[in-house]
Parts: sequence; C-alpha cells; structure tokens
Amino acid sequence: MILGKVVGTVWATRKDEELVGMSFQIVKHLDLNYKLKDTFVVAVDTVQAGVGDVVLMCTGSSARQTTLTKNKPVDAVIMAVVDKIDIAD
Amino acid sequence: MFLARVIGTVWATRKNEFLQSLKMQFIQPMNANREKVGDPLVAIDTVGAGVGETVMYITAREAVIPLPVEMAPVDASIVGIVEKIDLEE
Repeated sequence: MILGKVVGTVWATRKDEELVGMSFQIVKHLDLNYKLKDTFVVAVDTVQAGVGDVVLMCTGSSARQTTLTKNKPVDAVIMAVVDKIDIAD
Repeated sequence: MFLARVIGTVWATRKNEFLQSLKMQFIQPMNANREKVGDPLVAIDTVGAGVGETVMYITAREAVIPLPVEMAPVDASIVGIVEKIDLEE
C-alpha cells in the first residue's frame, strides 16, 4: 500500500456499468514528510475520504478485494484514512 | 519475496472493514546488502515485526493469502523476520 493525499474528485456520467455508484478521487502520491510528489492516480474511494485527507491506497488486482470493487474493473482503491504515521529515524 | 527494513507504523481508524485489527507497518525495501532500494511502502504485518527489523515481504494479490480473512484490499504483507543473510561475495 502507498501513501497519498486526496486532491480532487473525478465525475464521469458515461462509464462502464460496473462502476456505477462508485466515487473516484484523484490521489497524489506523498513521501514520508507528507510532501506531494508529481505522480497521481484515480482511485475508487471505499472509506468516504474527502479532499485533503491523507489516505492509504492499494493498487493492482488487490484493489478488487473489497465488497464494493469485487470483480469490478478497478485497479486502485482507497482503503484507509491515515490518522498518524510514526517513522523511526 | 523481497527484503525490507521496518521503519515505522501507520495509524488509521477509518479503514476498510476487512482491515480491522490488522497491523500496518512502513517498510523500506532493500537489497541483499541491506542498502535502500526504491520508496517506502505500507505492508500488513502478520508476524509481529518491530521497527528496525529486517523482514521478508510479498506483494500483489498473493499478499492476502497469509491474512486471517478471505478478502482484503492488501497488496503487501510481511511474512517473515530475517535473522541473517549469507551472501557469497
């Protein structure tokens, strides 16, 4: 899983019918100092994360391992909202 | 399987239902000479590894196999604590 920050939302009316009802967030990758990297992904949100939230994302086929995304065409999912990270020096 | 060092812990209250009670650790991937390789990531800890320990981890869909649940949005899991690496020069 990797750390990211929700920076926006994607709206799409015309989409695969399996994706109806999901919310899509733009998640920029973060480093351990909460500094935004240049790269981002569009991820399906399963925990009602909002813009500005630091989140954990799961990618690849593991992204289909939630009740919401099971057998759906999804390759990135937000599965936790981060409260705190402790990093040893 | 890959090698990494545990560098920290992640706290997340709001998370996917299948992740409740699973422990998440930040790990820094490294090579067989214990040099850092690539960016840190978050992995589920199934063996009780502590910060500073060298561990083995697996990625992708297989990362769900060692977990006590059938299905979980997890793409990295720690599966062993490394005591020693013998490497021929």
